[in-house]
Amino acid sequence: MNKFLELNDVSKAYGQGSSHTWVLRNINLQVAEGEFVAIIGFSGAGKTTLISMIAGLIPPDQGTIRLREKPVTRPGPDRGVVFQNYSLLPWLTAYQNVFLAVEHVFPQWSAAKKRERTEHYLDLVNLGSAHRKRPSELSGGMRQRVALARALAIDPEVLLLDEPLSALDALTRVSLQDEIERIWERDQKTVILITNDIDEAILLADRVIPLSAGPNATLGPEFSIGIGRPRDRKMLKRDVRFKKMKNQLIEYLICSQGQREPNAAGVQIETPVYGVEVVA
Amino acid sequence: MRRLPWLKIDLLTWILPLFGAAVVLLVWSSASSSWSTNLPSPQKTWEVSRPYVVAPLEKRGELDQGIARFAWYSLCLVAKGYALALLIGTPLGFILGRSALVAKSFDPIIQILRPVSPLAWLPLGLVLFQKSQPAALFTIAICSMWPTVINTAVGVRAIPQDYLNVASVLQLSPIRRLTQILLPATLPYMFTGFRLSLGIAWLVIVAVEMLTGSPGIGGFLWQEYNSLIYEHIILCIVTIGLIGFVLDRLMGVVEQRFRSIA
Repeated sequence: MNKFLELNDVSKAYGQGSSHTWVLRNINLQVAEGEFVAIIGFSGAGKTTLISMIAGLIPPDQGTIRLREKPVTRPGPDRGVVFQNYSLLPWLTAYQNVFLAVEHVFPQWSAAKKRERTEHYLDLVNLGSAHRKRPSELSGGMRQRVALARALAIDPEVLLLDEPLSALDALTRVSLQDEIERIWERDQKTVILITNDIDEAILLADRVIPLSAGPNATLGPEFSIGIGRPRDRKMLKRDVRFKKMKNQLIEYLICSQGQREPNAAGVQIETPVYGVEVVA
Repeated sequence: MRRLPWLKIDLLTWILPLFGAAVVLLVWSSASSSWSTNLPSPQKTWEVSRPYVVAPLEKRGELDQGIARFAWYSLCLVAKGYALALLIGTPLGFILGRSALVAKSFDPIIQILRPVSPLAWLPLGLVLFQKSQPAALFTIAICSMWPTVINTAVGVRAIPQDYLNVASVLQLSPIRRLTQILLPATLPYMFTGFRLSLGIAWLVIVAVEMLTGSPGIGGFLWQEYNSLIYEHIILCIVTIGLIGFVLDRLMGVVEQRFRSIA
């Protein structure tokens, strides 16, 4: 496997003194160019921390992250990020949000070329009619389309998707999953998708890797999804391999949660509250 | 019965405020006719103030001008002092909001300086600048800038991390970061500060003019007190109140516009 994106023994802790907690421990991951990898785990396990480190927004405490052999030390447009909460600028229209990104990443381009690219990517995510609307006038699904267009328009080497669909209703989710698959098939970008939806992970990814329950969360055994593309949602649900992988993933995740309860000394530790990111 | 909802709205928007004003007039006139005979009655106040109101732009002499002229002088002075307050207060607020170190260093001193009255600042201004005009501007600026400083700082601190992440991923230059992210994200807070600051600037003007004797609505008020024309004191109070109210409403409209965007 070529070492396009590589994480070596990456660990991250939060807090000082007695509240010092390792959120992520010894994360090892290799992603090939053009690969679609899904990382699946409980809320609060540190998934967002992991993607923020790959994005360069926060530094790891231990270990190294390399993209094309070069260590990741800060954020940059070679890694496009789509966050769960859209992170669109509310005072700009959909068009302006995407244009801002294009303008800064390709400053040498002519105005017409920048405009064309912005429009192209808005159209690609089927937002043709909403160019002039502000985020507050758009539905959740449409906002996430804008965020996706913005991430794609800067032509990143890696697309980092941090639970991009988890704030959306089930139907919008399905249509955006199809959208993401269609765009990936077309561009063959390297994608890392963070999700808590096992079906979504198996539907979209080449490989699915579970992240064990935190604290001390680490990546579990990977599952190669040997199911051909394009994948049909309905067929997939009946597929024996799909069912088997889904069960194995659930089993691994539930076990990782159970194992963590008694710690090494056999003392019962506090049950973490899921849904809350460990910060303090 | 069908018109009742209509009646209800009229009652709330017009009749009740008029009723409130009537109560105040009643208390005022009964006070002037009973225990405070020096206080002019509402009717007398109107009669004596009339020439100043019906010919608001007339200039009969340096100390005897229509009420709009005096108000204009005051507004000009306030505008200058207020502009100074915003020019100093906004960047100061930004620095306080961006740097925890600076905020920790200067927050206590700001909290101590903030409640100091204009009557206390003005003498210091006179000591510093020797002349009454710059001392007046100094006083207006230093009294009115605190809401702008504090609200801007709060606004900068309240910028969601998401917006800053966008700036980081796009590797915006510090100046672009300021103009494209920090400033627009803080604008609603800033305008709340601007509105509160304007209210204080207008509040301070009267005290400043009374002490420096500069021409304006506050100077006129003080001069008429000394010439025993008490009707004009009330005229000035009403005018100051009305102008303050209008200024606040205008800023409120601007503020609302920015709130609805962000």
